[in-house]
Amino acid sequence: MNLTFAVYRYNPDVDTKPYMKDYTLEVQEGTDMMVLDALIKLKEQDPTLAFRRSCREGVCGSDGINMNGKNGLACITPVSTFKGNKIEIRPLPGMPVVRDLVVDLTQFYKQYEKIKPFLINDEKTPAREHLQSPEEREHLDGLYECIMCACCSTACPSFWWNPDKFVGPSGLLHAYRFLIDSRDTATESRLSELDDAYSVFRCHGIMNCVDVCPKGLNPTKAIGHIKSMLLKRAV
Amino acid sequence: MVTNAASFGRSGVHDFILLRASGVILACYSIFLIGFIACSAPLTFEIWQGLFSTLPMKVFTLLALIALLIHAWIGVWQVLTDYVPNTALRGVLQFIFVVTALSYLAAGIVIVWGV
Repeated sequence: MNLTFAVYRYNPDVDTKPYMKDYTLEVQEGTDMMVLDALIKLKEQDPTLAFRRSCREGVCGSDGINMNGKNGLACITPVSTFKGNKIEIRPLPGMPVVRDLVVDLTQFYKQYEKIKPFLINDEKTPAREHLQSPEEREHLDGLYECIMCACCSTACPSFWWNPDKFVGPSGLLHAYRFLIDSRDTATESRLSELDDAYSVFRCHGIMNCVDVCPKGLNPTKAIGHIKSMLLKRAV
Repeated sequence: MVTNAASFGRSGVHDFILLRASGVILACYSIFLIGFIACSAPLTFEIWQGLFSTLPMKVFTLLALIALLIHAWIGVWQVLTDYVPNTALRGVLQFIFVVTALSYLAAGIVIVWGV
């Protein structure tokens, strides 16, 4: 069986504008492979093709790309997911393209930095460690698993239009992870940092983030909780 | 923190509350009007005029008009800040919209209180 891959190509040093290039890959009938494996084979055909990858098992979050219009991780997406014999591969949308499928995620990381992704505790340092009950720890489930692949934030129109002001689904998922952590004492200052018209409230709950998250997380729900927290301290 | 001087609310939370509160008023007004039209068939000019000549209906309509102004002001501000990155153009568009919306409110008040 021959599969056709239409791949977004753009090398700013050489090309005046981006273009789509078709590649054909022969896949043995009755077998399957991940999109990343297909891309690696395509790179054997054309060594100039650029894309990011690392762990190749859905843990590092390096190979977030757009496949047939939907963001996801190339390493855990089987080519059999897609109907038909043609698969369109593009970089994550809304981000500046460095080359081919490699995007510049500076803005994404700046938003992550903004939410102070670390525990802040101004209480007296305990002799051993900050203890947490199993119930308190359970609050972090569904939040800490984010691998920061940027699939969610780059699927969010609010993040496309205001990447400098709207924190984005991934950043807000992390923000809630620290807001809800029983060991963190900076809840008030964290909420104050988010209390403006853009940082959180640009989320209109369209749930693109939930639809594309390769880890099955729910940033919209976390954002809803942050909105409730902001609302409770305001009224 | 990002400021939002051109929006109606004082902050994101304020906008959030105003949008929902005005949405509830507009929903109630729409449901009432649809229900009234459905229940008073055939609807004549006299029935329609009679409805709007009562004080509660005038107040309800005024509330709905104010709710519409607030809802649309915040909504349009959000849309413009998404799709019009040029500050000068966005300011002009926002000004035109707000003046138009306020004119509609003024016209609505005059019309409803003229019944």
